[in-house]
Amino acid sequence: MQKVPFTTGYLTAHCGDDAYGTLDGYKAEGGYETARRVLKKGTPEDLIETLKASGLQGRGGASFIAGQKWSFMPGAEDDTGPRYLVCNADESEPGSFKDRLLLERAPHLLLEGILLAAFAIRAEKTFLYVRGEYGEAIRVLTRAIEEARAGKVLGPRALGSRFAHDVVLVRGAGAYICGEETGLLESLEGKKGQPRKKPPYPAENGVFGRPTTVNNVETLCHVPHIVEKGADWFRGIGTAESPGNTLFGVSGHVVRPGLYELPLGTPLDEIVFEHAGGVAGGRKLKAVIPGGLSMAVLPAGQVDVPMANEFLRERQTALGTGGIIVMDDTTCMVRVACIITHFFREESCGQCTQCREGTGWMNRIVSRIERGEGRFEDLALLKDVCAKMEGKTICAFADAAAWPVQGLLRHFPQDFQSHVTHGQCPYPGSFVLA
Amino acid sequence: MIGETLRARIDAEIARFPVKRGGLLGALHIVQEGQGCVSLAASKELAAIFDVFPVEVIELVRFYNFFHESPRGRHQVYVCTNLPCALRGANVLLKGLEQHLGVGVGETTADGRVHLGREECLGACANAPMIRVGGVYHEDLDLAGACAVLDALE
Ligand SMILES: Cc1cc2nc3c(=O)[nH]c(=O)nc-3n(C[C@H](O)[C@H](O)[C@H](O)COP(=O)(O)O)c2cc1C
Ligand code: SF4
Repeated sequence: MQKVPFTTGYLTAHCGDDAYGTLDGYKAEGGYETARRVLKKGTPEDLIETLKASGLQGRGGASFIAGQKWSFMPGAEDDTGPRYLVCNADESEPGSFKDRLLLERAPHLLLEGILLAAFAIRAEKTFLYVRGEYGEAIRVLTRAIEEARAGKVLGPRALGSRFAHDVVLVRGAGAYICGEETGLLESLEGKKGQPRKKPPYPAENGVFGRPTTVNNVETLCHVPHIVEKGADWFRGIGTAESPGNTLFGVSGHVVRPGLYELPLGTPLDEIVFEHAGGVAGGRKLKAVIPGGLSMAVLPAGQVDVPMANEFLRERQTALGTGGIIVMDDTTCMVRVACIITHFFREESCGQCTQCREGTGWMNRIVSRIERGEGRFEDLALLKDVCAKMEGKTICAFADAAAWPVQGLLRHFPQDFQSHVTHGQCPYPGSFVLA
Repeated sequence: MIGETLRARIDAEIARFPVKRGGLLGALHIVQEGQGCVSLAASKELAAIFDVFPVEVIELVRFYNFFHESPRGRHQVYVCTNLPCALRGANVLLKGLEQHLGVGVGETTADGRVHLGREECLGACANAPMIRVGGVYHEDLDLAGACAVLDALE
């Protein structure tokens, strides 16, 4: 089971005990009361307004305003057939392990968030798509859904209201690209997870040809709290543009790797040095990836930045999934580039030429530099390949593959140059590759 | 052959979706759990059940890392080697396991007991290095700990 966070807040306060794990435990803490009230007496319009007013940004990586996304769904006048909510629990961004905690330890909080979101968009069914490797999460959720059905939380009269809802748990099968929302929809339809061209967007034509909203696990877990305590309460946490807490995951060379629930806008250096205890083994910091493997790295001198997109943007990176990967001064950035490019090469779905060829090309170039067989032109070539991949493909995967490489070249060109000049790695103590 | 028991599970899977084909990914999981792999013959049978061309099922088996066309040994052991794990010695662990088992990555021990593989990030970054044995995670490992986990497998 995922270890409980070192710092908790409203999202994870009960992740260490049973309160969120069983239906009775959850109800004893007042769980499902918010959804019961809204499903019986509220309206979808009011709910969407509350979410919009709260400013909650999606926590799946793209930070899109959740209330706005819900409002794209057709209203009550559309009665052409079912619409669906999809909960994206495919969490596969390297460095991200926050959704796993919520899936394993707060299944009923998630189900309450699902009920509220589904009510807002008038969905009769939710497809909860969990990455196939998350065996424990799948066991816990299967049990929680059965409990919720037996307890009439789900069903034809959810929580005693006139709203009917059911949750269908779907198991992924090991493909990172199925986390991209339209790749996920294809996968739900029993196809290869190859992302779709947009438009049409899912709100118009989603899964099985019906209007669909896709939301991340953590996004949905914020919803019951926002609805219970109000948009103003939520606005009071975090920054003006990026409200609320989020679950930061800290990994790599730190004293206390783990999850930290903190307000958005918490400075990165505070998270790394104070919360996570600083660099392990008394070593010095070299670099931090702030938001999962897809985001550009920051050198040690630039970690005094609040963890919110409006500030990270100025440093040419982004919050992503809040997966913070810390690297000490023994770390060879060319090896880091090898791992990053290998990952994207393996996971490209292969539809777009720029992405399919570009990811392989990048990986071959950085691998030969790492082996000491690189050429000086290779650095310019790498930059050129990145530029040709960015913004030109069906989905954002190709951008996500180019950004981290661009970041490494921007901040650590000397690591690459040194490999080319001396034909070997200048960091004898660096972590090793396979 | 996809026997009656598996077929019943596949039918139940199909019933969960508004469109028959939605059940195909789940059917592949069911077949692989029941038969240890998704063989060419099984893909053809699934194609008949789902009214699609065999090549469409075979493509899925090859697209999704989870599925394989031939059996992989009783226990499948995967070492995460993405960046957070690599920074904490995952590749040293992997090499140690190769030696301990006497097989390389992607191979199965001669007695068919253990298949060793490497995987991309498994969402256990704060508890690196780690291995996945089927649906179970073993985290915060060192080589001795990982070997003990493998030795305890039947
Ligand atoms: C390559 C790629 C992989 C993604 N993987 C995930 C994922 O594993 N989980 C997730 O929630 N969102 C992922 N996303 C983002 C989704 O496309 C989508 O924006 C998100 O699920 C929407 O939910 P939210 O608005 O609640 O954040 C990914 C996007 C891309 C481009
Ligand atoms: S950008 Fe890459 S992953 Fe996305 S659709 Fe194109 S080929 Fe597939």
